[in-house]
Amino acid sequence: MINAVGRDIPEEVLKATGREVFQGAFYYDNKEYTKAAPTVRANIDPKRSKLVSSIREALEKCGAHDGMTVSFHHHFREGDYVVNMVMEEIHNMGLKDICICASSLGKAHDPIVPYIEDGTITKIMSSGVRGKIGEAISAGKLRDIAVMYSHGGRVRNIEEGRVHIDIAFIGAPTADECGNLRPSGGKSNCGVLSYAYVDAQYADKVVAVTDCLVPFPNIPASISMVNVDYVCKVDAIGNPDKIATGAAKPTTDQRKLLMAQYCTDFVAATPYFKDGFIYQTGVGGASIASTIYLADIMRERNIHMGLGLGGIATPMVRLLEEGLIGKLVDTQDFDLGAVESAEQNPNHIEITGSEYANPMNKGAYVNQLDFVILAALEVDTHFNCNVITDSTGMITGAQGGHPDTATGAKCTIVITPLLQGRSPAVCTDVTTVTTPGETVDVVVTEYGIAVNPSRPDLMEAAKRCGVPLYTIEQLRDMAYAIVGKPDPVQFADRVVGIVESRDGTIIDVVRQIKEFDFSN
Amino acid sequence: MNHPNKKRLRRSMMFLNCQKPALIKDPYIYKPDSIMLDLEDAVAENQKDAARFSLFHALREIDYHGVERVVRINGLDTPHWREDVRVCVAGGADVIRIPKCTCANDVHVVEGAVLKAEEEFGREKGSTLLMAALESCYGVLNCLEICKSSDRLIGVALSGGDYTKDLQTHITGTGVELNGARQMMIIAARAAGVQCFDTVFTNLDDMEGFRRETEMIHSMGFDGKSIINPRQIPVVHQVFTPTQKDIIFAEKVVREIDTKKAQGIGVFTVDGKMIDIAFYDGAKRTLMLAKAAGVYGGDLI
Repeated sequence: MINAVGRDIPEEVLKATGREVFQGAFYYDNKEYTKAAPTVRANIDPKRSKLVSSIREALEKCGAHDGMTVSFHHHFREGDYVVNMVMEEIHNMGLKDICICASSLGKAHDPIVPYIEDGTITKIMSSGVRGKIGEAISAGKLRDIAVMYSHGGRVRNIEEGRVHIDIAFIGAPTADECGNLRPSGGKSNCGVLSYAYVDAQYADKVVAVTDCLVPFPNIPASISMVNVDYVCKVDAIGNPDKIATGAAKPTTDQRKLLMAQYCTDFVAATPYFKDGFIYQTGVGGASIASTIYLADIMRERNIHMGLGLGGIATPMVRLLEEGLIGKLVDTQDFDLGAVESAEQNPNHIEITGSEYANPMNKGAYVNQLDFVILAALEVDTHFNCNVITDSTGMITGAQGGHPDTATGAKCTIVITPLLQGRSPAVCTDVTTVTTPGETVDVVVTEYGIAVNPSRPDLMEAAKRCGVPLYTIEQLRDMAYAIVGKPDPVQFADRVVGIVESRDGTIIDVVRQIKEFDFSN
Repeated sequence: MNHPNKKRLRRSMMFLNCQKPALIKDPYIYKPDSIMLDLEDAVAENQKDAARFSLFHALREIDYHGVERVVRINGLDTPHWREDVRVCVAGGADVIRIPKCTCANDVHVVEGAVLKAEEEFGREKGSTLLMAALESCYGVLNCLEICKSSDRLIGVALSGGDYTKDLQTHITGTGVELNGARQMMIIAARAAGVQCFDTVFTNLDDMEGFRRETEMIHSMGFDGKSIINPRQIPVVHQVFTPTQKDIIFAEKVVREIDTKKAQGIGVFTVDGKMIDIAFYDGAKRTLMLAKAAGVYGGDLI
């Protein structure tokens, strides 16, 4: 069945996943539904301890069984040890047919690939998958169809009850014996625990995994003891050097700086750039450089950012400290500067994944964004973006908050170099649609910018800002003129993953990769 | 011969290695006035032919959006330069830069080869311009004869690295070692009516030093500077582009001189400064530079 971005979603996939095809970014606006609820075991006896001595004991006490769903957060990023230690124990217990419901998975989790191959893990739901897990899924090794959702989409899945978590394992930098969890004060601090909040609320059993047990009360807690069943102390929950790295050195890549300059010049020419504006940006070189350039204009014109949203890195923290930003509203910390600020600065505030981006609550922060600055692997002439599959069709990336913020923001800007290596980043049709073009307003490349024709108001700003202005088709033609028009990526027939739109419909599928056949 | 581009705006001339197609595919996005596609020192000895192929393809296929395409060929003491010249002319390069130029005869030798290539590839005779890089004491001392050597010659450029070696010193960062060459070259170039370009500044992390040096050579009278990285472009353009204040003053000078001349007045003041006919050409030049740089839309030139 053809969906609203022109992708053919096979009937058997709709049947197997119980989902509808994507019908537009605002299709479910006003939908009424009843939220799911966890099964809770009461804790009346004050003498009962929540402490367990091992992950194994936690699994046994939680009634771990074949076919269960376990969940994890990704606040420890590439320094995470929790997923691997839990999955190893599940494997050692001989359990099979496990579903992993993660907020994201990365290269740190390469060691669990053998558990996919031996049937321990048969289903994966994640914002995306980098590294060997992505390769395994793309190679067709996972039994069931993988689900790739956005950060907001994950929360919605859980709150709607489409996914029911049996046991949530929540890595916590500090925990007390009662299960009050904080992202700071320990040896593996991660700043916030935003994405774990929904797991704590909706999982039947919640196990806190910490390497720093502190005296009660560990408050103010990001995750409250009222939602935690067990607390497990382990030697290490992660590698602090990879959880919170030093701040990235600002890029000196002139191509990225040029894109950042174009982005900033455009932002500053729009009517949304006024005192109190609300802004989100990523942590790529061009995004950070845009923030630095924008700060210069903010100082010059005496314009302050009311709120900076989303994943936070040091450059945004410095602007908060300088008084150029009113509040940082944080869901993830990318470096040590952000982690420390989240802990210490009262204007740096942790929010939950639902507050951030869930499309089906009563109003998320993303809906208030004036600007979001995003990256993409590919953008097509319909403004659809791909952030998941690479030029070979392999799953190598994650949706993150891409479609959530794109839908919410008044002005969604995607920065991409015109070419990614030898592949055109601006093309006729992206390999995989992760973010619908109806939510993408402006594409910024080092050659110039293109404005979505659906936004004539932004076209006016683009004409004023002095940046070379093209149609998206012209940008594509410039890319094709340099590297030629690529043949589409060839896939095998089998669908190995769905790209779930933030509202739960299917926006695209990812098929098994195969060797390129030159005879076709 | 009066080539229309002989005296075009050349504030920035950015070196790019022809051995690296990714570098030469789109330097126009950074908006330099000229690019210098290098076949000489940046290209490994066993990659000269590959670099030539890459250059030829670039000259023929890439739209550089009005950015001037200069090619630095290999020296006359190498086996490469004749083929370099053929490729430049066949591809339609705007200017050929002759490295290690020591005398007028060097220019004549290249000019002969260029003319032959223009005939061979059916290019208009005289369409390929030349510039000379002075890299030795001998070359600097011969600057005037070099500047006057050919109608095709747009100007001379100082190559500081080789020149200081010949001078038996090194680049100090103060500019003292280049003083003599810079002065001689700009004086000779102006006497001959050609342009004069300064050497590269290699420390990319010292942007303040780069700005100071650019301001100095601008004050000395140079037309532009060779550069090695796009990040140097905005600085050079800023220094070499008249400010709005300069433009307004130049406009007043031109208007007043025109008016006063008609009234039979020779000397007068503009904004408190004494002005006479001697200021006319300078003011006109400011406006021409401003117009070429796209910051002046008036009708006084």
